[in-house]
Amino acid sequence: MLLKKVICSLIIIITIGELHAQDSSLLKSLNDSMQTSGGVNYTTGTFKALHIINMQTIEAPGAGVLNFVIQHRFGQINSGAYNLWGLDNATLRLGLDYGISPRLAVGVGRSSYEKTFDGYVKYKLLRQSTGEVNMPISVSLLGSITHFTQHYDDKPYLDATYRTAYTAQLLIARKFNRNISFQLAPTFLHYNIVPTADDKNNEFAISAGGRVKITKRMSINAEYNYLLPNQVNSMDVYNSFSLGWDIETGGHVFQLVFTNSQGMVETQYIGRTMGKWGDGAIYFGFNISRSFNITKNAKNRASW
Amino acid sequence: MKKIFIFLILLINCHWAHSQQYMTRSGFIGFYGKTPMEDIRAENKQVYAIIDAGHKEMAITLLLKGFIFTKELMQEHFNENYVESDKYPKASFTGTYTINVPPGSDSIYKVTIKGNMTLHNVTRPVEIPATLQMQQGRLIGNAEFKMKPEDYNISIPSIVRDKIAKEMNVVVKLDCNTK
Repeated sequence: MLLKKVICSLIIIITIGELHAQDSSLLKSLNDSMQTSGGVNYTTGTFKALHIINMQTIEAPGAGVLNFVIQHRFGQINSGAYNLWGLDNATLRLGLDYGISPRLAVGVGRSSYEKTFDGYVKYKLLRQSTGEVNMPISVSLLGSITHFTQHYDDKPYLDATYRTAYTAQLLIARKFNRNISFQLAPTFLHYNIVPTADDKNNEFAISAGGRVKITKRMSINAEYNYLLPNQVNSMDVYNSFSLGWDIETGGHVFQLVFTNSQGMVETQYIGRTMGKWGDGAIYFGFNISRSFNITKNAKNRASW
Repeated sequence: MKKIFIFLILLINCHWAHSQQYMTRSGFIGFYGKTPMEDIRAENKQVYAIIDAGHKEMAITLLLKGFIFTKELMQEHFNENYVESDKYPKASFTGTYTINVPPGSDSIYKVTIKGNMTLHNVTRPVEIPATLQMQQGRLIGNAEFKMKPEDYNISIPSIVRDKIAKEMNVVVKLDCNTK
């Protein structure tokens, strides 16, 4: 009698099991097996552009992708109505960035400020990820060189070596959530020549910047570059502070910026910012970037 | 008592026979859309699918991040701005088809699959023409159909709307082994 009951209930259980084996359980079993297989989930889009404003981000163009950037700064806002509050003047940097591999990128640029050429190498050392590899931050290494070619009749001694300066930056960033990203960058600058013996050839700085997305395609950015004290004494230099507004449309990123730096390469904006926010020595400007897939691999990546 | 036992055994057998399941973890789903401005090609080769040949049911699921685009930037925008894969990481389908595909023959059966597609937190009923074929103990499924991003609440800004095809052509290739 007891056996019968057990069997009866067994039958009922099996039948119920059968009834429950609807498509939702199929999907559930798929989801379960997907869960266990895991994989590494890399964080993408920590920043939209290669620059927060002046500061380079951990981002680099993808392998085989060429990025063209125009960085434009008008004159100082406090220069008066006669100069249309700075809009009569302009400083420009044209840059090309290229991804050699998914981790390695190189770039060249030319600034009108002191007719400066620059070049850089950026390597993505660590990538923020979750899943099998849990990495809280992304880290990129940046090494850059600048060389100004402006003629100064009063400085005939300026040879190629003296015109060159170097930067090394460790870019550390975290995307906290879909809207908020933050970056910190210890910086080392080396100038082959400095104005007086009171000034250091080797300078240290700490840069920090971040973005807050306000819509899916827009963000507000800010960055601050803190130059450690008593390194530049012969002239008044200020810490570079910038605010920006990113607008992304397809392959373009458009950034409207306000900054107290006129130069747009590290050795200029970190170590040689002459403008002071309090005096209204602010430069309004914009960065526009456009990316192009130029190699066959980049064009046919899906069929790999 | 005996009868009950026999019935039980039959029932269990019946259960087994009916739930002959075929599964893959490396199915293929690609979607394509071309306009003179942008040629979109995205392919995912890590599609999970299960087909229950007995019940004529199936389920498919994939991680949206698994779609590899020809343009890396497009892939980033797809995840960040369009399907929002951080919020809704998966797309899935569950459905049934009508024609029995017997294990013995290897002819190709045209079937219609009815079910629900879930993408970007929107679930819609869909009807997809497909083919199913048994081949050396494997169940092979192929399908091709069209999807509109707007149907799944994926908004495309007007400034780029004309550059992106109105409908995406979706290609599905599943090669499932017995589970």
